[in-house]
Amino acid sequence: MLLSDAFINGESLRRYCLENDIPIYEAMIRREEKLSDKPREDIIAEMQKNLDVMRASVDRGLSGKVESVSGLSGGEAMKLFKYGKHNPFSGYTACRAAASSMAVVEVNASMGRIVAAPTAGASGILAGALIEAGRQRGWSDETLIEGLFTAGAIGLIFAKNATISGAGGGCQAETGVAASMTAAALVEISGGAPIQALDAAAMAMKNVMGLICDPVAGLVECPCIKRNALGAVNAMLCADMALAGITSLIPFDEVVSAMYAVGKDIRVEYRETARGGLATTPTGKAVAQRVKRMQGN
Amino acid sequence: MEEFSVFDIIGPRMTGPSSSHTAGAVRLAHIARQIAGCDVAEAAFTLYGSFAETGRGHGTDKALVAGALGMDPDDPRIKEAFAVAREMGVPVSVEFSDEPPKHPNTARIIITGSTGQITDVVGESVGGGNIRISEINGLAVEFSGEYPTLIIQHDDKPGVIAEVSHVLAQLNVNIAFMRVFRHGKGEDAYMTIETDQPVTEEMQNMILRLCDGINKLFVV
Repeated sequence: MLLSDAFINGESLRRYCLENDIPIYEAMIRREEKLSDKPREDIIAEMQKNLDVMRASVDRGLSGKVESVSGLSGGEAMKLFKYGKHNPFSGYTACRAAASSMAVVEVNASMGRIVAAPTAGASGILAGALIEAGRQRGWSDETLIEGLFTAGAIGLIFAKNATISGAGGGCQAETGVAASMTAAALVEISGGAPIQALDAAAMAMKNVMGLICDPVAGLVECPCIKRNALGAVNAMLCADMALAGITSLIPFDEVVSAMYAVGKDIRVEYRETARGGLATTPTGKAVAQRVKRMQGN
Repeated sequence: MEEFSVFDIIGPRMTGPSSSHTAGAVRLAHIARQIAGCDVAEAAFTLYGSFAETGRGHGTDKALVAGALGMDPDDPRIKEAFAVAREMGVPVSVEFSDEPPKHPNTARIIITGSTGQITDVVGESVGGGNIRISEINGLAVEFSGEYPTLIIQHDDKPGVIAEVSHVLAQLNVNIAFMRVFRHGKGEDAYMTIETDQPVTEEMQNMILRLCDGINKLFVV
């Protein structure tokens, strides 16, 4: 199979990896080399920059109080992180990953620097889960970067065959895709095969299929920050399931198609317009009014 | 079909909170600045549609000011853009309009240069930090800023386009997309040329020297 055909869908990617006996991240790096006409070192170096910004955003969100421009969010990531030291129900690792994910989106809301993955609103999931998992397991930057390329491959297939924007397909297209990307990355760096990574990605999307995008006051804060926490835990759980040998009854590509069809069926009120869901609850509307009034410098 | 890079998925590195309402807004104003020849003595912005509705909470106003001052979408100073403008002695004003736009995320950017010349740019943030410039000085145009873009204001007469494309061919610069716009027959005209290779300053001078009928040329 040609490299140019490898990224048609999950199945072509699996076959390309099998034929060449390589992991997904390797296929992704090779494609980028060809597409950009840049040497491998440059591509790796560029991804290292992304990793550095991701790590800095996790640390910044966890270490100090970050406050959003609207004043609606900030400081909750640190609370969960501290609480997580004392036997949380969600488990030590999952709780820390959730807190780290929230940290990134809190930094985002405060107009801090983040890496969109695949979007700014879902930027916490990959960064939070991967960096926390890496800290626990002692993964090197080199390994984490491989995970970022695996994640990129999964996101790319969603972008090509479905959508990765809340306006296009609801929250499932943002935090759902981010969780799929992260689950696949965790599986692959833990030694799982490409098919296991794809199964993990499929399961993560299945878990949140149909999730609407209903941001209060139109801002990337409520419910986005906590949905990033959920996304990180969803990704870890699905990675664990795939590594335990559990498969997805519905194959990855069919999940992608279903998610796209569902996304198109989601009414426009629930696609980032803040005209439905939590955004139009009495409290949601009151908050929107308050935010509007505070406009002005 | 457009081919996504892995860095379209893992990236861009940006100042939050929104790729469309913040990062895209920075890019819009940054391109307006380049169209104005990077000479920004004063800048006025009008936000329309979703930009006007949720722009303040997303820092769209700050993002536009930051872009006009030359900042990139990942600049940590975007948050303090108004203060930076004050320090630099560049008066800025932002207006939120109720007027319905063609595209939900639209901004009008009016830049006054040091000698008083006005550059009036309308653009849209089309999602994921991507943008489209739709109007320059009242003239409808269309380009994305993703490729090196040559914008040439020229006389509406035969041969100008052929000369420019000939010189580009000589310079080994491949044209990816090219569009021509004009006010009316024989009036002011623009061509926008998106290229695969960067158009250096030397190349720009060569085009100006060799092609007849060009009034203004800039690269974004």
